[in-house]
Amino acid sequence: MINSRPNLKSTLKAALYLTPLLLITLLFTVWPLINAFLMSSYTKYNYYTNQISALGWANFIYLWHDPTFHLAVRNTLILVLLVMPITVALSLLIALGLNHNQHLAGLLRTIYFLPFVTSTVAIGLVWNWIFRLDGGLLNAILGKFGLHAIDWLNDPHYALFALSIVCMWQGLGVNIILFLAGLNHIDQRYARVAELDGANAWQRFTTITGPLLLPMTVLIIVNTSVTNFKVFDQVYALFHGSAGPGNADLTMMYYLYQKFYVENQVTIAAASGIVLFAFVGGLTLLTYAVYRHRQHQLGGWS
Amino acid sequence: MMNRLLNGLRTFCLLLGAALMLLPFIWMLLTSLQPASTTLSVPTNWLPQALQWGNYLNVWQAAPFARYCLNSLLVTSVTTIGQLLTSILAAFAFTHLQFYGRRVLFGLLLALMLVPGELLLIPNFVTLAHLHWINTYAALVVPWLASIFMFITLHQAFRAQPKTLYYAAHIDGASDWQYLWHVLVPTNRPIITAVALLQVIGSWNAFMWPLIVTNDDRLRTLPVGLMAFTSDQGTNYPLLMAATVCVILPLILLYFGLQKYLILGMTTSPAKGKSL
Repeated sequence: MINSRPNLKSTLKAALYLTPLLLITLLFTVWPLINAFLMSSYTKYNYYTNQISALGWANFIYLWHDPTFHLAVRNTLILVLLVMPITVALSLLIALGLNHNQHLAGLLRTIYFLPFVTSTVAIGLVWNWIFRLDGGLLNAILGKFGLHAIDWLNDPHYALFALSIVCMWQGLGVNIILFLAGLNHIDQRYARVAELDGANAWQRFTTITGPLLLPMTVLIIVNTSVTNFKVFDQVYALFHGSAGPGNADLTMMYYLYQKFYVENQVTIAAASGIVLFAFVGGLTLLTYAVYRHRQHQLGGWS
Repeated sequence: MMNRLLNGLRTFCLLLGAALMLLPFIWMLLTSLQPASTTLSVPTNWLPQALQWGNYLNVWQAAPFARYCLNSLLVTSVTTIGQLLTSILAAFAFTHLQFYGRRVLFGLLLALMLVPGELLLIPNFVTLAHLHWINTYAALVVPWLASIFMFITLHQAFRAQPKTLYYAAHIDGASDWQYLWHVLVPTNRPIITAVALLQVIGSWNAFMWPLIVTNDDRLRTLPVGLMAFTSDQGTNYPLLMAATVCVILPLILLYFGLQKYLILGMTTSPAKGKSL
């Protein structure tokens, strides 16, 4: 019973309910979490026989000096810095528009959200076809406007940009849904009062809707950044199982895959996973720290 | 006047955006119905002259897509049902039963939510290698039978349930087990449907894990099979697009039917749009 104190019998009973979840979690979340850190410190490790010859920082030192890993970090950072601001800004604009136009909102929301339910690999293949130099849809459209065709997937200057377009296209829907949920939670009376006081639409947004939407915006920024830090499927499908021309689209996740699965350097891959984790964790903490600070400045709005 | 113009402009932009979002889907459908010979030449007709439904038949004959489809169905359903079971049981224990260490254990599980699944990829592979599970259905399913996200979401929902129902059921002589399956689960059906749907999407579209733990053609799920098909077919785009439609379509139909649950799940779950 809910209000009685725990005793041995009630604990045993609860254990029956908890065992399935705890067992799987221990074996496939807790243990691998520990093992991920352990493995990143193994050197000369044979995972099949579980032979460890030495421990140390060698894997991280390797990453520190590996130009390919530097390229992966650089590409990932560019991708996040390109995709995140544009996706968040666009989805905010679209959500505000949909919020204004109720009779179209249902249908349009359905359409904008479609990429979320779509297999990334499958739609990545479609984008590969759209980006093609000869016969691709995008270049055909560019041609109609009298622009030169671009070899999106084979020109290292454009390959990362092509990946960004796919990531933006995919990320919009989720953010729009979350922004709409955030907008729904805002009490419309604040905006009404401000309107009566003569505030125009821009003033209403910057002084009322914007600040009230801030918690959701922070969440969306973190979500979008984290998602784009971990891009892999899109690259694999877009370049049919490679990392683009001259590794132009080598992301950190793709580096991990390549080291682990293709080159069989398990411990280096594990170390790169830890670095990725540190990036993502650091970014999340930083964003929330900035948010707390800002919230403090605004006088405890939430 | 000015306002009207602004409204019109806004609607136009929204519609244009929606058209751009739809464009890849339309292009995929149109290409899948083009005759296979037009590949790699600049399409003079964007609309196919004669609809080549035969492409779809060819896809099913060219690769074991029926097998991939069956594997995807199996993996998705077992994973989702398994996660529902483990999460419902645990969420019930945490909200309705008393036991030692309840708060500490809940705190630990909550903390695990911060662990990115990608970090666990390699150590989990190693665990499975030691269990000799690589290239088995177990590898595709067992590691995913528990989901902290689903557990936390259901915990939230079960906690909000008025306890008077629980006491009333007890007075009427219902056991905890009966209360769970005859009262708690039916009354929380919308949120349970929502989390299940999110998981179905995640499992159906999962790519990196099945790619790594299987290399046997008979065990491939649809996304992995699709990529294998791509390396066989090269750039026969009409055929590729027909295969792509087969992978994407089931979930789109499911989405059209159950959209409101999906949005419920997206906005109430602490996962906020992450799947898997």
